[in-house]
Amino acid sequence: MEYVVIVIGAVLVNNIVLSQFLGICPFLGVSSRVSTAVGMGAAVIFVMTMATIVTYLIQYLILVPLGLVFLRTVAFILVIAGLVQLVEIVLKKVSPALYQALGVFLPLITTNCAILGVAILAVQRDFNLAQATVYAIGSSLGFVLALYVFAGLREKMDLLDIPRAMRGAPIALVTAGLLALAFSGFAGLV
Amino acid sequence: MSVTTMRREFLKGILKENPVFVLLLGMCPTLGVTTSAVNGLGMGLATMAVLLGSNIVVSLAKNVIPDKVRIPAFIVIIASFVTITDLSMAAFLPPLHEQLGLFIPLIVVNCVILGRAEAFASKNTLLSSIVDGAGMGVGFTFALTLLGAVREILGSGAFFGFPLPFLAENPILLFVMPPGAFLALGFLTAAVNQSREKWDAAVRRRARRVREVAATALVAGRTGERS
Repeated sequence: MEYVVIVIGAVLVNNIVLSQFLGICPFLGVSSRVSTAVGMGAAVIFVMTMATIVTYLIQYLILVPLGLVFLRTVAFILVIAGLVQLVEIVLKKVSPALYQALGVFLPLITTNCAILGVAILAVQRDFNLAQATVYAIGSSLGFVLALYVFAGLREKMDLLDIPRAMRGAPIALVTAGLLALAFSGFAGLV
Repeated sequence: MSVTTMRREFLKGILKENPVFVLLLGMCPTLGVTTSAVNGLGMGLATMAVLLGSNIVVSLAKNVIPDKVRIPAFIVIIASFVTITDLSMAAFLPPLHEQLGLFIPLIVVNCVILGRAEAFASKNTLLSSIVDGAGMGVGFTFALTLLGAVREILGSGAFFGFPLPFLAENPILLFVMPPGAFLALGFLTAAVNQSREKWDAAVRRRARRVREVAATALVAGRTGERS
């Protein structure tokens, strides 16, 4: 039950994109087509879950025992960058088909602040390892949900006659605002 | 570097290549912390400190860092400055540090900073890198403060904490909530686009007039020669 609450909280109530503002760059950048949004989403689920587990272990097995907690930012970002590289190499060797699908999105993920943000949040909230893993999965599912819905909306917008000044980023931001408004209806669910 | 090019490098970050309104970089802190003008200003200055520090070190170390590992090296440099800023703010400005929270360590992944390190500081001299960092930093701070001020005025009826007459009694709460961040930035970006278009059109008109005058003068000169 506790895990269900964490997942619902991460996906709907405190959606990382729409209410915590993490991962806005890919949210605006790769959301013009549903197919690319799905690819990016899959890559994020994969990397976010792995990164949270690895950084969690690093925090509690290395940084805390050695009293090096102030190195957290440096350590986490290096681990995430290394992990992304490793995933890319392994995926290329083991599953070329999956690499074809996710390949272009993997390098972009290093600078996705949602990955580092969720890794830090999982440590800050004093989760145990299982809770942190579930939290990471929930957060990444929330990212995918927001990205997928948003990409669907933007595909429809191609056909509309939008005022010149609003074209591109402004209308995307306003749409995201309305989507965030819809998601704020989930507040108080858990 | 001459004073004119320096001024151009500095000004481009504020207006023509404003990281927020034009390049759409660093969106997460832009939307996440701008519930008030003070928060926007604080976040902008923290980012500017990191940007200046990393631009200086990257530009000094550009010949030492091997090309293949430059991105990880830049990230370590940036992360060190972020840690310095984070700990200094926790020591000297605890309330602001509390307010900005998670977004201070996340300055590491702010694309503006890595972008300037890669695109500018790793190719240019120390002085121009400092000017570039200052310009981009001021542009980022300006954008965040503007967005924070708009959201604070509409959402809590105050300006830098001072309550405003009518608005303080009738705040539009939506603007301090997450959806308001997207809406306010969307409309501000549209306004910036609109004014830039007007500006460009004015520049084009002026250029055409200069060309016409020059052409008339040329024609007059030629006919004058013949007669």
